[in-house]
Parts: sequence; structure tokens; C-alpha cells
Amino acid sequence: MVERNYMKLEFLSKSNNESFARVVVAAFASQLDPTIEELSDIKTAVSEAVTNAIIHGYEYGEGLVIVEAVIEKDKIEIIIGDNGKGIEDIDKAMEPFYTSKPDLERSGMGFTVMETFMDELIVESHIGKGTKVKMTKTFKSLSDRE
Amino acid sequence: MEFSMDILKNYLIVKLKGELDHHTSEDVRKKIDQQYYNNNLMNIILDLRGLSFMDSSGIGLIIGRYRNCKERKGRVFIVSTNPYIDRILKMSGLLKIINIYSSIDEAIKD
Repeated sequence: MVERNYMKLEFLSKSNNESFARVVVAAFASQLDPTIEELSDIKTAVSEAVTNAIIHGYEYGEGLVIVEAVIEKDKIEIIIGDNGKGIEDIDKAMEPFYTSKPDLERSGMGFTVMETFMDELIVESHIGKGTKVKMTKTFKSLSDRE
Repeated sequence: MEFSMDILKNYLIVKLKGELDHHTSEDVRKKIDQQYYNNNLMNIILDLRGLSFMDSSGIGLIIGRYRNCKERKGRVFIVSTNPYIDRILKMSGLLKIINIYSSIDEAIKD
């Protein structure tokens, strides 16, 4: 079991920061001694949320993406936020294959990936104020893996 | 992101290496399309064995190439042996329309 820990990262909404964000969160999560699969799940979910902030939140404009993570016991909570335009219809945005930007060849799978690879996903959004995606994942304890 | 492209008959063979995300996929997409249309090709083989990471941007890239090939009555083939990449491919439903192979030779023979 790991003691409570917290991190916060802020960076400009540039697409080359997508890999930076997922590597930082994965390194932070490694304190929980995750399996390669669990680490891969976290990296993918973070990548999806940060990409959404850049493409949809800021629509390629400049803004800050804020990534926070909390480790408590065997669980990680990751919060990815932006101060961008917000999502008009969250239910619609979360439908598999729905994309508001089909011209960009987006698959519309971002939220579905986050939901599948994490245990819990909560999306809060306010028009003109921004979006916050909260995801949690409980890591299997070492004894469960044996 | 490193990648190389070869042409064999009417196949464009694309070998991707590194991490395929939103940032890297845009450049890959432009270069694949350029080679595909400039050389008047029909099929595309995407070799994902060198990838260490792929998110849904990779799914978007594959679906887009599938559409282009379909328009020309061609096909897209995926070569992959990485279980983490196979998981996202499977989740996206892509494997209902595109087959996955363990080598380039196997894809061409099909």
C-alpha cells in the first residue's frame, strides 16, 4: 500500500505535449507497482483526454491543460482539465464513434477508450468555461496477481 | 515517430515505429496519402509491429486509409503482434472490416 501522493502539471495546449503528459502520469503511477497492461491503460486514457483538450477544448488555440493525479492506497485518480469552450452535449460526445470533427479523421473513440481502460470516468463541462475529465483506476494488489 | 514506406506491386507498405498519437498521426497521414495517390496504388499494408504506443488517433488514421482504399477497390492490411495495440484495435470494432496479420508476407499472400 502506498502513502497518499499528489501531482499537478500545467502545459500549453500543443500536440507535442501529449506524449509528455502521458509519460509524466505513467511515471507517477509507477509508485503503485502497476503491471505493463495497467500502465498502458493509463497512458492511453491520459493521451485521449489531453488530445480532447487540445482539439476540442481549445480548438488548436493556445491555452493551458492542467493534469492532476492523486494516489491513495491502491487507487489513482487523474483529473485533466482545460479552460476552453466546453462541451454542449456531454452524452452525445460520449457516444462511441461520435465526433464533432469528422473532417479531421477523428475516430470518435476517445471517451470510449477512457471508459474501457479506466474503472470510472466523470466528465464535467461548462460552456465557455472549460471541461474536466476525472478518471480513476484501482490497481490489482500484488497478492491478487499471483 | 519514425516510419518508412516501400512499394511492392500495387501495395504501399508502411512500417511505423515509436508512438502513434494525435501529434504524430497527422504527418504520417499526409505522407501515406501522398505516396498512395502519386504512385496510383491500390492496397496499403500498415505494419504496426514497431509501435510502442497507439491511441484512438491511430484508429482514425486506419479508418481514413481504409476509406481511401475502398474507393479504389483496394484493401488495408494490418500487421501487428503487440497485445496492447491489438486491444485498442479490437475495442474499436476495426477488426470486423480489416484483417490482422503477423507478418507482411502473410498479408500479401491473402
